[in-house]
Amino acid sequence: MNDRLTLGGRTFGSRLIIGTGKYDSPRTMAAALEASGAEIITVAVRRVDLDASKEESLLHWLDADRVLILPNTAGCYTAEEAIRVARLGRAAGLSDFVKLEVIGDEKTLYPDVLELLTATETLAGEGFTVLPYTSDDPVIAKRLEDAGAAAVMPLASPIGSGLGLVDPLGIRFIMEAVSVPVIVDAGVGTASDAAATMELGVDGILMNTAIAKAGDPLRMAEAMRLAVRAGRLAFEAGRMEKRAYATPSSPVAGRVGG
Amino acid sequence: MKTTPGETRAQFAETDGGVEIRANGETRSVPPGTSVAGFLARHDLDPDLVVVERNGRILRRVEFDRTALEPGDELEIVHFVGGG
Repeated sequence: MNDRLTLGGRTFGSRLIIGTGKYDSPRTMAAALEASGAEIITVAVRRVDLDASKEESLLHWLDADRVLILPNTAGCYTAEEAIRVARLGRAAGLSDFVKLEVIGDEKTLYPDVLELLTATETLAGEGFTVLPYTSDDPVIAKRLEDAGAAAVMPLASPIGSGLGLVDPLGIRFIMEAVSVPVIVDAGVGTASDAAATMELGVDGILMNTAIAKAGDPLRMAEAMRLAVRAGRLAFEAGRMEKRAYATPSSPVAGRVGG
Repeated sequence: MKTTPGETRAQFAETDGGVEIRANGETRSVPPGTSVAGFLARHDLDPDLVVVERNGRILRRVEFDRTALEPGDELEIVHFVGGG
């Protein structure tokens, strides 16, 4: 497989990025990661519980030599908060990558793109490889690229909704507007959503709930691996043109008894 | 985990002369002379798996041992958890 995703100067053999949230156990998460073939995996930065008995670290289940551990800024509502969390995540010493999230609305979890832009500019200036979760607006996507984002990550539909790609046109416009990679982040529900999204020609997909909350996360992880790959191949192959009426697949000439 | 003998003694010297700090938003009292490394050890936290911010500045891990907690210090101690 020579088709690779390049982000922030690093190349990855898979175009699927997965999250580590909402799994029933870290063991299931680790097995799903393996089945998905993903080489980038997101984590959240949270306070340790000082009163808990010794907790097992999530990092025990992840091999930082094999996968890029991508800290996110989930739960941040201002640029200031997100910048602080990004710095804390980087201080863990694993990479300069950050999945930048600045939420503007609790109900939809839509990004606050103004705060996002500010945070992107600051963090890119500090040498971060900034991967911002954004809306499906090509104007904002372009502004993020100009501010130093290493990719843009528009949503397919609200985080955790599983509604699939609701605005393919917005994603197409973003692909035309920016030259950095476009990674669809959030909203994919099942394998057909992932394949259809990849067929648009986006560079990758980031998902969490679709796998973690599937009936069988390991099977869904494999389904997503295949769907992302299938969608990419179909994009590269170039689909046939659609037409309104049938055209026979077999020769019209030489029919028996004709 | 490296602690100096002095720190180890301090950890067990539960006295009223404790140093009040805020850690992850909660008030805590620690024995005088407790270092950041000592504080982590008291809470059974692996220093290689956490990031510590003290009064708004992120500490490098090499600073954990030599940074003594002072009254009113604000610590933010974080780690990675599952997230999307």
